[in-house]
Amino acid sequence: MDPVSTASLEVSSLAFAYPDGHQALFGVDFTIGRGERVALLGPNGAGKTTLVLHLNGILTGGAGTVRVAGLEVGRRNMAEIRRRVGIVFQDPDDQLFMPTVREDVAFGPAAAGLKGAELEARVDRALERVGMAEFKDRPPHHLSFGQRRRVAVATVLAMEPEILVLDEPSSNLDPASRRELADILRSLDVTVLMVTHDLPYALELCPRSLVLSDGVIAADGPTGELLADDALMRAHRLELPYGFDPRSVPAPPARG
Amino acid sequence: MGAGHSHRLYRHGHSPVHALPPHTKLAAVLAFVIVVVSTPREAMWAFAAYAVLLGAVAYAARVPAGFLLKRLLIEVPFVAFAVLLPFVAEGERVDALGLSLSVNGLWGAWNVLAKGTLGVAASVLLAATTELRELLHGLQRLRLPPLLVQIASFMVRYGDVITDEMRRMRIARESRGFEARGIRHWGVLAKSAGALFIRSYERGERVHLAMVSRGYTGVMPVIDEVAASRAQWSYALALPCAALVVCLLGWTL
Repeated sequence: MDPVSTASLEVSSLAFAYPDGHQALFGVDFTIGRGERVALLGPNGAGKTTLVLHLNGILTGGAGTVRVAGLEVGRRNMAEIRRRVGIVFQDPDDQLFMPTVREDVAFGPAAAGLKGAELEARVDRALERVGMAEFKDRPPHHLSFGQRRRVAVATVLAMEPEILVLDEPSSNLDPASRRELADILRSLDVTVLMVTHDLPYALELCPRSLVLSDGVIAADGPTGELLADDALMRAHRLELPYGFDPRSVPAPPARG
Repeated sequence: MGAGHSHRLYRHGHSPVHALPPHTKLAAVLAFVIVVVSTPREAMWAFAAYAVLLGAVAYAARVPAGFLLKRLLIEVPFVAFAVLLPFVAEGERVDALGLSLSVNGLWGAWNVLAKGTLGVAASVLLAATTELRELLHGLQRLRLPPLLVQIASFMVRYGDVITDEMRRMRIARESRGFEARGIRHWGVLAKSAGALFIRSYERGERVHLAMVSRGYTGVMPVIDEVAASRAQWSYALALPCAALVVCLLGWTL
């Protein structure tokens, strides 16, 4: 098959400067195939968030193009783009803005025009996929942080996106919640782009990684190889936790 | 809100009053209050009849009298105002218990007290039988401007989050030895309030971003279609209709 038609996400020569003149992206190019799980690594201030906000057209107006499953991000097809790109933001309290879990998960599909039994089924399915079905009628504030993060993933899954974009998915999670989230992400059958500086987590979940540094893609390759390249890691302020050796870790399990 | 995490006015239950759609209850309470307010204050028996009507609703809703009376305490400041009226009002005066009271003021006090109590009791019953978010659905259904409903629903969702943030800021202040002892410390408190405002404002921006990312275009999507049958409407409106009969009798007798 033609590789262009199977790509979930194609970003080509994307450049962007904020209105105050600060340029965040200097020509970013990469492609993510359907079903791939890719980590986007980079130090603070590398432009990761700016890049993410381009994927669903929150930020526009720079040079270059972004295509989601072949559809170009632009004013005309914004509603469809936002349905196809599901962004899970870092703080679940920002993501969960409705009074109950159920209403929150229903928000996206309802905005897309779904109603009644179909909407209810969509909500149930999304909550089941993250193991939160029994918390349907709870207010988000009364869930643990890990549970809130899982519901935040469900709110996006309910839109049946082409690509799931996670911003620092492991931040503030205790080790058990971290592992539970990893299990959930592994079990999902969608393309995933994970923005993180949690390098072991990237190695565990994503066979491929991109390194974004100073507004360009500085490296693109198998996660294990990138993390083992000391010179590359040092050059881009990426540091492994004390005692962690990526060479000693078995390759991430295949999608299952 | 969900089981076990309701607001304090709500009383969990499965009575016929709980089961009514929220907008019918809202309409009924509003109509009831309007009828009560337009009753002549001289028809004292009419107010007793209203109280009996509310008692019947409370019985149907299985709200115990103690629960209802305790929540009526919110009315106390208004009562204080009503008690003052007979002393300060002008006009013809009567002597009771060695005090000179204004007749007009007595009627005024009675008027405020009776109508106020009935209105508060009706609202307490509404709050006791309707969950907060259901009330919001009801307001939406009654075509309150959607922006107002959205603001109210965000208040419900983020009230706890912001209170939590406030508590963390207080702990941070106190951990560094700060104690608000007098007027000299008000500056610190004011700065904390300012910081809290800015944090909340920034959170608002992030929440908006998350909403836009999920297809928000300015109107909240309809998730729950709250519809009321004719029977439910007539059930809810039985209260204001009965009150209207009493009111009309009050005017004619």
